[in-house]
Amino acid sequence: MVARYFPFLVRGVGITIEFTFISFLLAIVLGLVIALGRISENRFIRIPCQIYIDFIRGTPLLAQIYLVHFGLPQIFGYKPVGFVDALIALTLNSSAYMAEIYRSGIESIEAGQMEAARSLGMTYGQAMRYVILPQTIRRVIPPMGNEFITLLKESSLVSVIGMEDLMMRAKMMAGRSFRPFEAYFTAALIYLAMTFTFSRLLGRVEGRLKASGRS
Amino acid sequence: MVEVKQLHKSFGDLHVLRGIDLEVKKGEVVVIIGPSGSGKSTFLRCINHLEQPSSGEIHIGGVNLDDGSVDINLIRQSVGMVFQQFNLFPHLTVLQNICLAPVKVLNMPQADAEELARELLRKVGLADKESSYPHQLSGGQQQRVAIARALAMKPKLMLFDEPTSALDPEMIGEVLMVMRELALDGMTMLVVSHEMGFAREVADRIVLMDEGLIIEEGEPAEFFSNPKHERTKAFLSKIL
Repeated sequence: MVARYFPFLVRGVGITIEFTFISFLLAIVLGLVIALGRISENRFIRIPCQIYIDFIRGTPLLAQIYLVHFGLPQIFGYKPVGFVDALIALTLNSSAYMAEIYRSGIESIEAGQMEAARSLGMTYGQAMRYVILPQTIRRVIPPMGNEFITLLKESSLVSVIGMEDLMMRAKMMAGRSFRPFEAYFTAALIYLAMTFTFSRLLGRVEGRLKASGRS
Repeated sequence: MVEVKQLHKSFGDLHVLRGIDLEVKKGEVVVIIGPSGSGKSTFLRCINHLEQPSSGEIHIGGVNLDDGSVDINLIRQSVGMVFQQFNLFPHLTVLQNICLAPVKVLNMPQADAEELARELLRKVGLADKESSYPHQLSGGQQQRVAIARALAMKPKLMLFDEPTSALDPEMIGEVLMVMRELALDGMTMLVVSHEMGFAREVADRIVLMDEGLIIEEGEPAEFFSNPKHERTKAFLSKIL
């Protein structure tokens, strides 16, 4: 039974990985922008970013997906597109967590680095770009790897708006075969295989970072 | 070169600087001494606005820093600073540390910046270390690189914030030697230091600070042999 449905399930893996990778990459960029806003001295930039982070981290991803897919089209009167909405919701969600990862990374750099850069006449932006952020990168890679794994699991929620990811296909398999245990347990094992693989890869990258560990 | 008038600085309730007046002429070397907590470092950091003064005026090269139209980044380009903890950029090599600001801030071509950096490294006696990373150098070597990095911006004024306080005793000499040469080259220098030998030999003027005020200032010979103020006598008796 499981063997018969396995190829059917595996076709959902592609969608799951697609959602995870695309929203992860977008969140790497958006998260940095929000993090820089969050530590800005200008409160008209800082406070909105703070509110954004608090809102996203304080509300369920499921509610965020429904809001993007059903709520926004009602307000702005456009036709919802499931794939796009799912990507937007995942990206917005992950960006908030990513922003906090960047922020703690930036704040872990000694204040003397910024002072030395500024004392040489660099602007705040130049100091960030050439001095602070390059040092931040190796410190944010491990927590970002964890965020990637979280995102991979959380992406299963996009099945509620009809995306045919691994979770959705498990649901369909359960319905067709009347064997929900086998269906969901197999899907769970496939998720486990993916998260296990990625966390091993991550462990290796961390090891390499430590080995070449300056700063 | 530098003119400070009635400078005050508070951190919350803590009144650290309580009305500092000081003038430093071009080519002059002024060493600021005083007990810890007397506001010496804060004063130095106010001069390039790493700390924002609470009130008072600072003029550098005739420009009032508190004039709203002044671009502080432009001022800082001509004011080098050397820190107690060196603050080299750990992700960059020695050469890259020195070239970064000239290339990014002054738009100097990379090749010219490298040539300048090598010349400065020769000057501080580290010509063979250009490809090293800061963590591969001793404290004294790091501080000499930090001096070279500041000099690469061709500053008119150099601020030294306890440049030898974080160093092992045997490394202090090499840093002071570089500073001495810099003074001989005619650089205007404002140095916060506990190195009395250096102060006596190199300074044109010694300034004693205590509790956020300048207590006494004078030429080294006079200052050390014939201090006028009771607090100066008390301080000197403790450290000499």
